[in-house]
Amino acid sequence: MPSGLFHEKYETDERVFQTAFVKVWLFVFLAGCALFPFVASKYMISIMTEVGIAVIACHGLNLLTGFTGQISLGHAAFMGVGAYTCSILISTAGVPFVLALPAAGAMAALVGMVFGIPSLRLRGLYLAIATIAAQFIIEFVIRRWDGLTGGVEGMYVDPATLGPLHFNHPIHLYYLTFVLAVAATLAAKNIIRARSGRAFVAIRDRYLAAEVIGVNLFKYRLMSFAVSSFLAGIAGALMAQYLEVITHESFTIHQSIDYLAMCIIGGLGHLLGGIFGVAFWFILERMLEWLTTTLNSAFPDHITWFVSIREIVFGVTIIWFLIFEPDGLAARWRTIRAYWKLWPFSY
Amino acid sequence: MLAVNNIEVIYDDVILVLKGLSLTVEEGKIVALLGANGAGKTTTLKAVSGLLKVENGEVTDGTIEFMGERIDNKAPEEIVSRGIFQVMEGRCVFENLTVHENLVAATRTLKSRKEIQARYDMVFHYFPHLKSLRGRLAGYLSGGEQQMLVISRAMMARTRLMLLDEPSLGLSPLLVSEIFSILKRLNQEQKMTILLVEQNAHLALSIAEHGYVMENGKIVLDDVVDKLRENEDIKMFYLGLTEVGTKRSYRDTKFYKRRKRWLA
Repeated sequence: MPSGLFHEKYETDERVFQTAFVKVWLFVFLAGCALFPFVASKYMISIMTEVGIAVIACHGLNLLTGFTGQISLGHAAFMGVGAYTCSILISTAGVPFVLALPAAGAMAALVGMVFGIPSLRLRGLYLAIATIAAQFIIEFVIRRWDGLTGGVEGMYVDPATLGPLHFNHPIHLYYLTFVLAVAATLAAKNIIRARSGRAFVAIRDRYLAAEVIGVNLFKYRLMSFAVSSFLAGIAGALMAQYLEVITHESFTIHQSIDYLAMCIIGGLGHLLGGIFGVAFWFILERMLEWLTTTLNSAFPDHITWFVSIREIVFGVTIIWFLIFEPDGLAARWRTIRAYWKLWPFSY
Repeated sequence: MLAVNNIEVIYDDVILVLKGLSLTVEEGKIVALLGANGAGKTTTLKAVSGLLKVENGEVTDGTIEFMGERIDNKAPEEIVSRGIFQVMEGRCVFENLTVHENLVAATRTLKSRKEIQARYDMVFHYFPHLKSLRGRLAGYLSGGEQQMLVISRAMMARTRLMLLDEPSLGLSPLLVSEIFSILKRLNQEQKMTILLVEQNAHLALSIAEHGYVMENGKIVLDDVVDKLRENEDIKMFYLGLTEVGTKRSYRDTKFYKRRKRWLA
């Protein structure tokens, strides 16, 4: 009986999928996602599209906050930049979606880098406050630049097309999001296991020691802002397609905090953290929705009591995770995996 | 190889730490830098490796040359690419990377996979113990293993001059002597030049060829190790070889303090 996993060579150490078992299950999971629209209701498909978008955004935030250790509270704003860039390019300039989508990412990356410049000097809480500034400045610009963004009234998003896909059709949008979420996961995985990813973690763990091994701090801090915002921009562009109408209220600090919370619950600094966190978040949200409606219909005289259930439960969940599982679900998953890998000869 | 000429280092524009310090390190040698706490040894290493800027320090006067080229205003990553690698005190491993990743992280100056592989094997030749720990997170290693890991990181980079800051910090004497013997082997077999900062003067002088003694941001003594060991002041202040166990008179104490002041 195999117990544990032993690498003899440099190549096996570096492999993405360590065992065939992992590969098989991953394939099963992806096939399940691909076949999902054939069996699911419209509502479930739209929820899963939201999940896919959130996964892309969370990978971005996880690269920045989890791996490089730079807390960002402006992630939704960068998504907003992507959403507006993509929508404006499609409706006003008539740019095809295939170009508008990467342009949205690039624009968000550029804006992210501008707001990432303080990261050279600021760390931790101070940087978090600088990113809150980014959130408010971007929101303000969206609200006030009537000519470009439609101001407080927001703007209608023209449904984009990509070859045979028309994104006003939820299933088409689901597939696009699914493919992009997988691509984002792969990209994030490869960034992490390559030179730049090690530099990110080195900066997070010990920036002085990182510098003496030859990591240019400023370059990599900015790079992590750029990559993170790029993914946020892509997620924002998809979100715009999903929402069909976007306003400055679609990308507020609440969303930024939600994404950070998802990353914390999933596990900062773990690639799977983004996915687990989003999954947990959405499942909990659906459950609470169900609970609230059930309670409302059971006690119609006390509807006001149940309004804040969602906020309270989410707050308590985050606190619970911070105390009992600060490394998130991904760390727990790793422990479980290690246990089974070594079973029955643990230790 | 390395020539530090009359440098002056100031932190935060006000705190003068190095006051005209000069030293040279010849290629292939181990040079020890001794001194009391706060003498400026670590600052000297940081001045060479370019880390001062991050800590708001600055070389305001003098020059630092490496292989005939001035490096005193270069960024740390440029200095690393020239082959100077500082092994910081306190075992600065990246806790959340595995041993393997820690080693690979230090190969930023290398391009070819073959060379990385060769250096990887070399590390395990000198530190066979690390090989079995490859997949382990560095944060879970013991102090001695972490110290081995940070020295190995320097070996992974194309290091010509290793600036080694207190490798014995917090380690058992047995482990320290093992690490020091490996350092000596590295120096002899791989021709690695080492500038060693160490509180344990006995040990440092046992592997070094040349020694410098610092007091208050200045070099106060320098000589080949054999002569340093015979020096009365070194014996008194660093090796503790005189008056062991004897009770000092008031006169002796005054003399001791005076000598120390003259030296500084």
